Amino acid sequence: MDFLRPASWEEALAAKAEHPTAVPIAGGTDVMVEINFDHRRPEYLLDLNRIGELTEWEIGEESVRLGASVPYTKIMENLRAELPGLALASHTVASPQIRNRGGVGGNLGTASPAGDAHPALLAAGAEVEAESAARGTRLIPIDEFYTGVKRNALQPDELIRAVHVKKADGPQQYSKVGTRNAMVIAVCAFGLALHPETRTVRTGIGSAAPTPVRAKAAEEFLNAALEEGGFWDNGKIITPSVAKQFAELCSGACNPIDDVRGTASYRRHAVGVMARRTLTWTWESYRGARRASEGAA
Amino acid sequence: MRVNFTVNGRPQEADDVWEGESLLYVLRERMGLPGSKNACEQGECGSCTVRLDGVPVCSCLVAAGQVEGRDVVTVEGLADFAKQRAESGCATGACGTTLQDAQQWRAKGTDSQTGEGGELSPIQQAFIDAGAVQCGFCTPGLLVASDELLERNPNPTDADIREALSGNLCRCTGYEKIMDAVRLAAARQSEAV
Repeated sequence: MDFLRPASWEEALAAKAEHPTAVPIAGGTDVMVEINFDHRRPEYLLDLNRIGELTEWEIGEESVRLGASVPYTKIMENLRAELPGLALASHTVASPQIRNRGGVGGNLGTASPAGDAHPALLAAGAEVEAESAARGTRLIPIDEFYTGVKRNALQPDELIRAVHVKKADGPQQYSKVGTRNAMVIAVCAFGLALHPETRTVRTGIGSAAPTPVRAKAAEEFLNAALEEGGFWDNGKIITPSVAKQFAELCSGACNPIDDVRGTASYRRHAVGVMARRTLTWTWESYRGARRASEGAA
Repeated sequence: MRVNFTVNGRPQEADDVWEGESLLYVLRERMGLPGSKNACEQGECGSCTVRLDGVPVCSCLVAAGQVEGRDVVTVEGLADFAKQRAESGCATGACGTTLQDAQQWRAKGTDSQTGEGGELSPIQQAFIDAGAVQCGFCTPGLLVASDELLERNPNPTDADIREALSGNLCRCTGYEKIMDAVRLAAARQSEAV
C-alpha cells in the first residue's frame, strides 16, 4: 500500500489521475473501518486532510458551496439557517467523535443508501462538484448522482471538491429511525423541504431503496393538492386526507429489503409515518411564519 | 513510512508505520501508550478517543499518515494538558509530557485507597471521587471526551453531557456515576474560578 499526501487540490487531482484506483480518505470514518476489518486493501490511500480548502464553505446568493470535508459538527454549528435540513441530518450522524471527522463528501463518495446526508440533499436540491485533472470541473445534479448500492456517478479519475446545496427558502425537516439516538445507522430516514418560492415540495428517502431516492409521485401529488386548495396563500392546516395520501405515496416510492436493521415492510411503514410527520412539522412552521409576517395574532 | 507528530506536547517520531495503520495502533504498539483502548475498531465505542488538533476523534479511524505534523493529546497527557490549560499556557518552557513519563503514567497517588495526592486532572479526580470507574476500559475515552466538554462548556446541562458522551460506550456503570463525575468536575471548576 502507498500513502499519497497531496499538499494541494491540484496535486490531489494529479495523483488521482495517475492512480485511478487510489481510495480518497478524508474523515476516515468509512475507509478506516474497511481497512481495520481487512475488508479492503487499496493499493493507494489518497489523504485529503492537508487540503485546507476542502474544509471551507461559502454562502452564496442561491446556494452554499460546502467543501467536501467540512465536518458535520461545523455544518450543525454554522449552517443551521441556510441548510436546516442538512444541519438536522448532520446532528443524527453517529457521535461527536465521528461528526468531528466525517463530512458530506465522504457520504457522497461512499454512496451508501443509509448515508445520513442524502435525504437532506435530495430534499433541498443540490449539485455535486466533481473535478478531474483531464476534464476539469462538472456539476452533477444530486438526482443523477446515486447510481446503485454504494455506486455513484464519479469517474475513476474524479474527486469530489464540494457540494452546492440550495439555500432554504422555507422550512425543512429530517427524520431518522433507529434503535437509539446516537451511533445508529438509519433503519430508514426521510427529508422534506418546502420551497414556497416555487410552491413545490421536495423529499428524500434514505435506506429504503438501493439508492437514496426522492418520492416523486408523492411530491407531484402534494404540489397539485396544495395548489388546488390554495394552501400556499390561505395557510390552512393540511387536510388529513392529503397528508395520508402523501404518506402512502412516499411509502410506495420505497423499494426496501429485509436486513438486520429492519424488514422491508417496516421500512415502508416507517417512511410513511415520517413523511406525514415531517410534512406536518414543516407546514406548521410555514403557517407560523406566514402569520408572523402578516402580523396577525 | 515514517510519521512525525506531536504527542502530549512533545514531538515524536514513529518508524516503519504500515500505510493502512491507525493512529490508535501507532500510539499503543509503537509508542507504548496503551491508555487509548482498542475495542470496536469501527468508531462505535469511543474507547480510543484522543484529541487531534484539539478535537475529540476516534483514533482507530484516523490513518497514521494523516497525523503527520499534527497535534495529539492522549489520556496519558491529560493531567499535564489540564494543568497547562488552567495556568493558561506553559510557564516553565518545558511543558507537555515526555514519552517516558506518559508510558509510566499511573492513576495512583500517595494514598493507595483514594488515589489522592497523584498528578490527576480535575476530571480524573472527579471520576475517582464519584465512583465512575468500574472495569475501567471505557474510562480513558470518557475522560478525554468529558475534559473537552468542560473546556468548551463549563456549565453543561445533563443533556449537554449526554450528547458529548454519546459516542462513548460503558457496559458496566449504567452511566449514572459517569454523569455524577462530570457534574462534580463542572461544579468544582466553577467554584475554583
